[in-house]
Amino acid sequence: MTSTVTPPVRTSGGGKDQGDGGARRRRLLPRIPDRIRHGGLPYLLLLPAVLLELLVHLVPMVIGMVMSFRELTQFYINNWDRAPWRGFDNYRIAVDIDAPLGEALLHSFYVTCLFTVLVVGLSWLFGMAAAIMLQENFRGRGLLRAVFLTPYALPVYAAVITWAFMFQRDNGMINHVLHDQLGLTDEPSFWLIGDNSFVALVVVALWKSWPFAFLMLMAGLQNIPRELYEAASIDGAGIWQQIRKITLPSLRPVNQVLVLVLFLWTFNDFNTPYVLFGDSAPEAADLISIHIYQSSFVTWNFGTGSAMSVLLLLFLLLVTAVYLVATSRGRKGSDA
Amino acid sequence: MPEAPARKARSPLAPPVSFLWTRRLVLTFLATFALLPVYVMVSSSLKPLEDVTGKFQWIPTEITIRPYIDIWDTVPLAHYFMNSLMVAGAATVLSVTIAVFSAYAVSRYRFRGKRIFTVTVLSTQMFPGILFLLPLFLIFVNIGNSTGVALYGSRGGLILTYLTFSLPFSIWMLIGYFDSIPRDLDEAAKVDGCGPLGALFRVVVPAAIPGIVAVSVYAFMTAWGEVLFASVMTNDETRTLAVGLQGYATQNDVYWNQIMAASLVVSVPVVAGFLLLQRYLVAGLTAGAVK
Repeated sequence: MTSTVTPPVRTSGGGKDQGDGGARRRRLLPRIPDRIRHGGLPYLLLLPAVLLELLVHLVPMVIGMVMSFRELTQFYINNWDRAPWRGFDNYRIAVDIDAPLGEALLHSFYVTCLFTVLVVGLSWLFGMAAAIMLQENFRGRGLLRAVFLTPYALPVYAAVITWAFMFQRDNGMINHVLHDQLGLTDEPSFWLIGDNSFVALVVVALWKSWPFAFLMLMAGLQNIPRELYEAASIDGAGIWQQIRKITLPSLRPVNQVLVLVLFLWTFNDFNTPYVLFGDSAPEAADLISIHIYQSSFVTWNFGTGSAMSVLLLLFLLLVTAVYLVATSRGRKGSDA
Repeated sequence: MPEAPARKARSPLAPPVSFLWTRRLVLTFLATFALLPVYVMVSSSLKPLEDVTGKFQWIPTEITIRPYIDIWDTVPLAHYFMNSLMVAGAATVLSVTIAVFSAYAVSRYRFRGKRIFTVTVLSTQMFPGILFLLPLFLIFVNIGNSTGVALYGSRGGLILTYLTFSLPFSIWMLIGYFDSIPRDLDEAAKVDGCGPLGALFRVVVPAAIPGIVAVSVYAFMTAWGEVLFASVMTNDETRTLAVGLQGYATQNDVYWNQIMAASLVVSVPVVAGFLLLQRYLVAGLTAGAVK
C-alpha cells in the first residue's frame, strides 16, 4: 500500500530507512540507555501482544483445524480430545451438494455472495456520494456529517432491533407506508420470513455499513491537495470532470483498503442477521455465518461447523490474495 | 483540516446549479435513510403499549415516559448495563494499552520477525468471528472442567474474546499513527536522557493522543455492540446488553415501546461519545488506515 499521507520528516536516518537495518542500528545504539539492549527491547514491547494473539487467535485457530477432523457432537464437548477422528468426513459432508447439509451450505454461500456484492457496492456508492457532496463547506455540513455517522455509532443490536420493529407485518412502519399510505401492496407483506427477508437484510446491512465507507472516503478526500482542483477549474474542468479525473484516481489507495474491509465484514456479518431473524434465518437470507452458527450451536455438531469455518477461511484467503495481487498490479500499471 | 482555506479558494468558481440540486436531493435521501430508525426508536419509545402493538403512527397520539420507567423492572437492565460497561471498558483499556507498546516497537525499531508480526495481526482481522468462537468456547469449557477456573460465562472470558477484534485493529491503526509522528521528537527525548519507554510515554503517546482516542472509541464501540460472543459466552449473571435486550419479548407480548426506550438508553452514551470524538477518528483513520 503506498501512502497518500505526506511522509513524516525524519531527519536522522530518514533516507536510510530503506537501507539495511545494520546502519540504522549502529546509529541508534549509543542513544539508547545501556541496560536494555536494543536487540531485546522490541521483543519485550511486543510480548504482551504476542501472548494475547497466541491465546485469542493462533491457538484457537489450530484447535479449530483439529476440531474439523473430529466427530465433535454434544457427547464430546466436555472432553473434546476424546472425540473420534473422522479424517476428511466433516469436509465431505459439508461440500456434498447432493446431501441436504451440503446443498444448504452451497445455498447459503450463494446468498452470502449476492448479499455481499449488493451491500459492498451500494455502501461504496452511498459513501462516495456523501463524501463528495460534503467535501465543500456549506451551512449544515457538520450537522449532516454527524447525521450520516449516526448509524455507524449506534450499537448493532439497538439499531437492528429497531429495524426488526419497522419490518413487523402488522405494527411496523414499512408496511404502514407501503400499504396504508402509498397503497403499493394489496395486503401487508411479511418482511422477516420468506423471500422478502433478503431485501430486509440488505437494507439493514446497507444502512449499517455505508457510513463506514463515508468515514473512510471522507478521510481520504482530506488528503487530496486543493491546488489540484483549483488548477483543474482554471483549466475549465467542470465539477463532474474534476470528480472523474481528480477525486476518483486520488482515492484509489483508500478504495483498495475500503473495498477489502467492507467485503470481509459484510461476508462475515453475523450480528445483523442474528438480531433481525434470531438463530435460524429464513432460507432466502441464510447467511453463511448464521448457517455455521446453527450447525454448531443449535444442532450441536461442532466438527462439521469447524470444517465449514475452515472452508470459509480458505475462501476468504483466496479472494483476498487474488484481490491484492490484482489491485496492486493495476496500480503499478497506471502509475508508471 | 484544510476547511477554511478550501472555501476561500473555491468560492470564485462556485459549483454549477445542477450539482447543487443533485447535492440537495442526494443529501436529503441519505439523511432520511440514516435517521429513519432513529425517529422510529424515539417516537415509539414514548408511546403506550397499545399504540405500538396496533397500527404504526408517525406522531404518537399520547406521549408517555412510562416505558423509560418500566424498562428497569421488566429486565435487570441496570445489571446488564454494568456488565457491558465493565466488559467493554476492560477490553478497551487492555487492547489499547497493549497496542501502544507493540505499535511503538513496530514503528520505531527494526527487528527480525517484524513483518511476520504485522502480517499475522493484519490477517487475523479478516477471519470470521465464528471461526474463533467455536474453539474459544471449547477451550473455555475444557479449562473450566479441568482446572475449575470458570472462564466460560465469566466477564473475564468475554473480555478475552473481545480482544479478538479490538486488538488487531488497535495495533494496525496505531502503527500508522505513530509513523506519522516525526521520529526526531522521540530521538531528541532520548538524547535528553529519556529511556525508550520514557520517550514513548513523554513524547510519542502525548503526540498520538488523537489516534489513541480514536482507537479507544472504536474498541469500546465494537465491544459495546458485540452480539455473537455475548450470546454464547455469557450466563444469567454476566449477560450484556446485547443479549439482555431480548428479554423484553415475553410470551404474550413484545414490549416494543420498552425495547425502543432501552435501545435509546444504551445508545445515547456511545453515540454521544462517538459524535463528540468523530474528528479524532477521521484524523486517526487518515493517519492509520488510509495509506
